[in-house]
Amino acid sequence: MPQVTLTVNGKSATVEVEARTLLVELLREKLGLTGTHIGCDTSQCGACVVHVDGVSAKSCTMLAVQANGCAITTIEGLAAADGTLHPMQEMFREHHALQCGFCTPGMVMAAVDLVNSNPQGLSEDEIRHGLEGNLCRCTGYHNIVKAIDAAQGLMHAPAAQ
Amino acid sequence: MYDFTYAKPASLAAATAALATEDAKAMAGGMTLIPVLKQRLNKPSVVVDLSGLGLTGITVTGDSVTIGAMTTHAAVAASAEVKRAIPALAALAGIIGDKEVRHRGTIGGSLANNDPAADYPAAALALGATITTSKRAIHADDYFQGMFTTALEADEIITSVSFPVPAKAAYEKFKNPASRYAMVGVFVAKGPAGTRVAITGAGQGGVFRHAGFEAALAANWSAAALTGVPTSDADLNSDIHASAEYRAHLCNVVARRAVAAAG
Ligand SMILES: Cc1cc2nc3c(=O)[nH]c(=O)nc-3n(C[C@H](O)[C@H](O)[C@H](O)COP(=O)(O)OP(=O)(O)OC[C@H]3O[C@@H](n4cnc5c(N)ncnc54)[C@H](O)[C@@H]3O)c2cc1C
Ligand code: FES
Ligand code: FES
Repeated sequence: MPQVTLTVNGKSATVEVEARTLLVELLREKLGLTGTHIGCDTSQCGACVVHVDGVSAKSCTMLAVQANGCAITTIEGLAAADGTLHPMQEMFREHHALQCGFCTPGMVMAAVDLVNSNPQGLSEDEIRHGLEGNLCRCTGYHNIVKAIDAAQGLMHAPAAQ
Repeated sequence: MYDFTYAKPASLAAATAALATEDAKAMAGGMTLIPVLKQRLNKPSVVVDLSGLGLTGITVTGDSVTIGAMTTHAAVAASAEVKRAIPALAALAGIIGDKEVRHRGTIGGSLANNDPAADYPAAALALGATITTSKRAIHADDYFQGMFTTALEADEIITSVSFPVPAKAAYEKFKNPASRYAMVGVFVAKGPAGTRVAITGAGQGGVFRHAGFEAALAANWSAAALTGVPTSDADLNSDIHASAEYRAHLCNVVARRAVAAAG
C-alpha cells in the first residue's frame, strides 16, 4: 500500500493509504480530523476545502497520494494554540455567518485563502464571486459576505500579523 | 472509486512507458479525472501523475505565449505577462469553474479532455494554437476531433501549448449558473491566423469555428456586422439547460458581446 508523509496543522504524519484514498478520507478517517466535511460527490460544494501548501483546494477532489510531502491546514489548525479564534472564525461568529454549520469549515478555509490572496482588498462583489466554489443551503450568503468583509480589515491590519 | 496503482514518474520517458500499460490513465490536476473515477465511469489500471515532470511555466516572446501543460488556470489568470500579451486568455482562465478548481486544474488537462463546454478549446481554436506533445506538434485545426475526442494517442502527453499573439481578441461566455461551464462561449480573434471565431458549449461535436461570423467580421470587424448572421441549430446541443434553437440564438448574442469587448 502507498505510504504518504505529510504535515497536517503543523504536525508530521505518515499514513498507509490505498491509491484511491481521497485526501478528505485521510484527514477524517485516518487522522480523525472530522472538521473537514464532505457535502457532495461532484466537486461542487466546497464543504471539504483545506489549504494545501497555503492554497485552497477541494480535498474530496485530490488523492491522498497527491498530498505526499505537502503541508495541509484544516479548520482545526486555524485557531491559535491558546484557542484564540482566527479573525475569520471570530467574524463568522460575530456576524452570524452560519446556521447549521455544515458548509462553515470549507467556507472559512476558502474565505481565508480569498483574503490572503487579495491584499489590495475585496469589494462585496469580488467576495461573492470568490465564493463560487462554496455552497450554503441555509444562510443566503449575506452574513457570510459581511463576515469576510469584516475579517479582511482585521487580517490586513498590521496588528494581526 | 475502483482502486488502481499510482505512479509518479520523474521523466517524460518514464511517464510514456507507464502510459503504455493497458488501461493506464494520465492525471494532471485531477479536477475532471477524479470526479470521473468517483462515478466509476473509468477503471484505470494505473494512474500516472504528471506533476513530477516539470511541465509548468509560461514563456512570452514578441509573437507568442507558450504555457506548460501542467500550468494551473490560476497561474495563467494571474500572469502579468499573459495579461499583457493576450489579455483575453488570462481573462478566460480566470472564469473557469471556481477558485479551488482553478488552483489545481491545468491547461493540458482541459485540452486533453476536450469537454464540449470547456473554455480553453475555444481559445486554442480561435487563436490557431499549436499543441506540443511528447511525440509531435499538432495544430489546433487538426487537434479537436469531436466531443471528448482529440488527435492524442493513448500514451501521448501534452507538454505545452503555444498561442500566437493576436491583434485583437476576446472571450465571452454565457455561463450555466450552476456549473459555470459554458452554455455558449465565443472566442473571437483577429491575428496571424486570420479572423477566427470559435464556439464552445453549443456544438454536439464540441468546439467549432463559425464560418458565417468569420466572413462577416473579416469584411467588417464590428459587433454590428454580426446582426442577422444566422447559426444553424442542426448540430447544436439540446439539453435540460437550453434547446438547440436557444443556443443558436445565444451564439450571435455572445459573439457580438465578444467583438465589442475586443474593441
Ligand atoms: C466544479 C467544476 C467546475 C468546472 N468548471 C469548468 C469551466 O467552467 N470551464 C472549463 O473549461 N472547465 C471547467 N472544469 C474542468 C476543469 O477546468 C478541469 O481542470 C479540466 O477539465 C481538466 O484539467 P485537469 O488538469 O484537472 O485534468 P485531469 O482531470 O487530471 O485530466 C483530465 C483528462 O486529461 C488527461 N490529461 C491530463 N493532462 C494531460 C496531458 N498533459 N497530456 C495528455 N493527457 C492529459 C487525463 O488522462 C484525463 O483523461 C470544472 C471542473 C469542476 C470540478
Ligand atoms: S465535498 Fe468536496 S466539493 Fe463537495
Ligand atoms: S450554514 Fe447550513 S449549509 Fe451553510
